[in-house]
Amino acid sequence: MQAHRAQPFWWWQSRKLRSYLSRGTVFTVLLLGSVLFLFPLVWMLSTSLKTNEQVYRVPTVWIPNPIAWENYPRALSRMPFLLFLRNSCITSFIPVIGAVLSASMVAYAFARVPWPGRNFWFMVLIATMMLPGQVTMIPVYVLYSKLKWINTFLPLTVPWFFGGAFYVFLLRQFFLGIPQELSDAAFIDGCSHLGIWWRIIIPLAKPALATVAVFTFLFTWNDFLGPLLYLREERLYTLQVGLQYFRLQHQVNWQELMAASLVVLMPTLVIFFLGQRYFVQGITLTGLKG
Amino acid sequence: MPDLRTAPTRRSARFWRDAFTGYGMATPWFIGFLVFTAGPIVLSLFYSFTAYQITTPPRWIGLANYRILFFDDPKFRISLYNTAYYAGLVVPLTVINGLFLATLMNQNIPCRALFRTIYYLPSVISGVANAMLWLWVLNPRYGLINTMLSWFGIKGPPWLSSAEWAKPSLVVMSLWGVGGTMIIYLAGLQGIPQHLHEAAEIDGANAWQRYWRITVPMLSPTIFFNIITTIIGSFQVFTQAYVWVESGVGMGAGPRDSLLFYVLYLFRRAFGELQMGYASAMAWILFVIILVLTLVQFRIARYWVHYETAPEGGI
Repeated sequence: MQAHRAQPFWWWQSRKLRSYLSRGTVFTVLLLGSVLFLFPLVWMLSTSLKTNEQVYRVPTVWIPNPIAWENYPRALSRMPFLLFLRNSCITSFIPVIGAVLSASMVAYAFARVPWPGRNFWFMVLIATMMLPGQVTMIPVYVLYSKLKWINTFLPLTVPWFFGGAFYVFLLRQFFLGIPQELSDAAFIDGCSHLGIWWRIIIPLAKPALATVAVFTFLFTWNDFLGPLLYLREERLYTLQVGLQYFRLQHQVNWQELMAASLVVLMPTLVIFFLGQRYFVQGITLTGLKG
Repeated sequence: MPDLRTAPTRRSARFWRDAFTGYGMATPWFIGFLVFTAGPIVLSLFYSFTAYQITTPPRWIGLANYRILFFDDPKFRISLYNTAYYAGLVVPLTVINGLFLATLMNQNIPCRALFRTIYYLPSVISGVANAMLWLWVLNPRYGLINTMLSWFGIKGPPWLSSAEWAKPSLVVMSLWGVGGTMIIYLAGLQGIPQHLHEAAEIDGANAWQRYWRITVPMLSPTIFFNIITTIIGSFQVFTQAYVWVESGVGMGAGPRDSLLFYVLYLFRRAFGELQMGYASAMAWILFVIILVLTLVQFRIARYWVHYETAPEGGI
């Protein structure tokens, strides 16, 4: 053992020291990386609070002084912000309700009711998830224009009531894990499948339903293509389209653009911090384990 | 519930009731499948052989759309090239960096949860606000990236305003969202049984060997999944390119059409010029490209993806 000391690289022989060094390196790398990953957001916040002169000053101003809070009201007053906010809320909350209700009912049928052809249709459902949206985009657009649904919120809300494949898949995985005895007992008490779904499965599946709600909200809140296609009048714009419109209407004014963008991002950030575990759960539920 | 099915007559009644309830409860999906998937697939294939502008009925023109696309449309070729270029960079970079980050984060280090949150956060940021943020971050003179490069005495490239750097700009922006891939790897890593590592350690395998002989093979289904989803996603890139291009980065679609990605071009043909037939043909070509790439990956997967047990339910 004493011989260690005499050897070069003796420290490499020490397990404890080696583990300490490697963990230290990993920690340092991750620390530097996380600064890089956070920088764009910090930069966004910092820009949104600068005066016009500070935005273009070299060397870069990191902490604005004085803080230009007025960028926020100024940016938001350049567009009908409350109207866009209302439109964004309509086109996000209605889909959340639709997705949670319809996907959970369909998932119940796939997970807990034995019906002929069930496995075949489940394969079809999986296959539809692989289909690129562009293939169906044009006929669906034609359908909505024939129905005179362009310039209404209907194309952005109604489809969510038809059990999206991904959410059905995710909820089915969760429902399969709920003990069968619970529904058997309810059966004996004369409860129907619909009753079991509503009274037993839904209350037990709250975390999984929250995952579906979070995913749906984030998708619809940040969706740009849908509103771009179907909402052609300014009074119907969502915040995403409104932000783009704001950018095109006014001269580049970075501090206000960043302020408006940050406001639009806010719900995403809040949901991320409140519901992070639901994201992670969505990943484990879809069976993506090693 | 076989224990509940006792008498043959009851079983039959139960069978019919279940069949009725099953189809009944799945009805929303069946309607959605017909109206939003199956019907549109058939229709879009039909449209792709027609000239169609919505206001007038589709006119059958056979393979003309495909012929023009393959032989007479330089923009189509540019858009395909741009998309392949972008995918060729972003797929390996995302898959490898995601794995790298997840591996680091799976070590026993302090503040793991905090790091996970920080790296994962950018991946949930999407949409127009994200594109706006990067428009500013990539600003050649005052942007964050070139400011940081200047600290090291590097004069940063002009990013979005040059044909050479426009696509790498999008790659950089996409890599900011690598946390989404990382978090999937992390879930996979946590599913690897500890006893495998312990056994290998007793057998004298060092950390490096254990990583390549145990972790990577055990994680291969997850790596495979990430490759497939990243390929599919990268071929459908749209919002960022649309916002950047329409925000006056350059005329056309970025300098020398360097940001004319496939779906952006499809969108312009369909909703800018109302050429629904032509755009449908483009959609089908995209579908075939993605399908072929996926099938090729599945074929290659036989040689390197290791399934501990037959995959069940998962993709």
